[in-house]
Amino acid sequence: MTEHAEIQREVHSKTVLGFWVYVMTDCVLFATLFATYAVLHGNTFGGPSAKELFSASFALGETLILLTSSFTCGLAMLAAYRAKKEQMLAWFGITFLLGCAFLGMELHEFSDFVKEGNSWQRSGFLSSFFTLVGTHGVHITCGLIWMAVMMIQVGIRGIKPVNFKRLACLSLFWHFLDVVWILIFTIVYLMGVVNG
Amino acid sequence: MDNDISKQERWQPSLKSYIVGFILSIVLTLAAYFLVVEHMLTGLALVASIAFLAVLQIVVQLLFFLHLGKDENAYWDLHVFFFMLSVVLVLVFGSIWIMYHLNYSMKI
Repeated sequence: MTEHAEIQREVHSKTVLGFWVYVMTDCVLFATLFATYAVLHGNTFGGPSAKELFSASFALGETLILLTSSFTCGLAMLAAYRAKKEQMLAWFGITFLLGCAFLGMELHEFSDFVKEGNSWQRSGFLSSFFTLVGTHGVHITCGLIWMAVMMIQVGIRGIKPVNFKRLACLSLFWHFLDVVWILIFTIVYLMGVVNG
Repeated sequence: MDNDISKQERWQPSLKSYIVGFILSIVLTLAAYFLVVEHMLTGLALVASIAFLAVLQIVVQLLFFLHLGKDENAYWDLHVFFFMLSVVLVLVFGSIWIMYHLNYSMKI
């Protein structure tokens, strides 16, 4: 019981605040990439425009998968708060698989574009598109590696205060990536399909 | 400050907040998608409404998933958040404004 109380105190620690500050600076990084995309999205240099390239239904599929993974990540944290190790591992396992599915869809889209000759070298629009969405993809990849490491750690050592602190940071990171994706879905895909 | 914490009720996320956040997010995502695909609105009205839906969804996720302003670090969490927001707004709207005018001046 004392260990459980300690776990609860740990979540409010300075580490989580420090991680929150990092997440906020990451928002600034994404803001620069969004600004670049906003400025360059019309510069297609005779190549395909956003309207010709993007499929709204494919992007909707990616969005729903990532949204669900954010929800299951929340459920995993609830299980961690109650120190239920098996439940927590199961929810993080589902989150991990959903994250892999999302990443697979994104890479599939990228490889399709490149195969059709529409890589980042084609136009200013595509350079900024690949940089923005690719940076999000790199973040997702890091999040997945982190999640795998945490699952192994918790699997071996159980939910200890030091693990719990890391889990709290990981869930912040994962929810944050979901928020960034909502902006990508709206600004890049939906507005791209509308305006071309 | 630390002595006062014992008087407050310790905060914990609830299952309800995640379920409400998840349902609202799904509804807002589908609403934006169908507005675009079914051509329910056109032009500026369409762009403005999907932008509004996105902002709404971000607020939902900040409150129900990230629990902004709920835990004991809320004061500093919010300070950093609003500082980030001001930097981001200057950066994005400043870039678009400057580049649009440059583009405008270069024409003809």
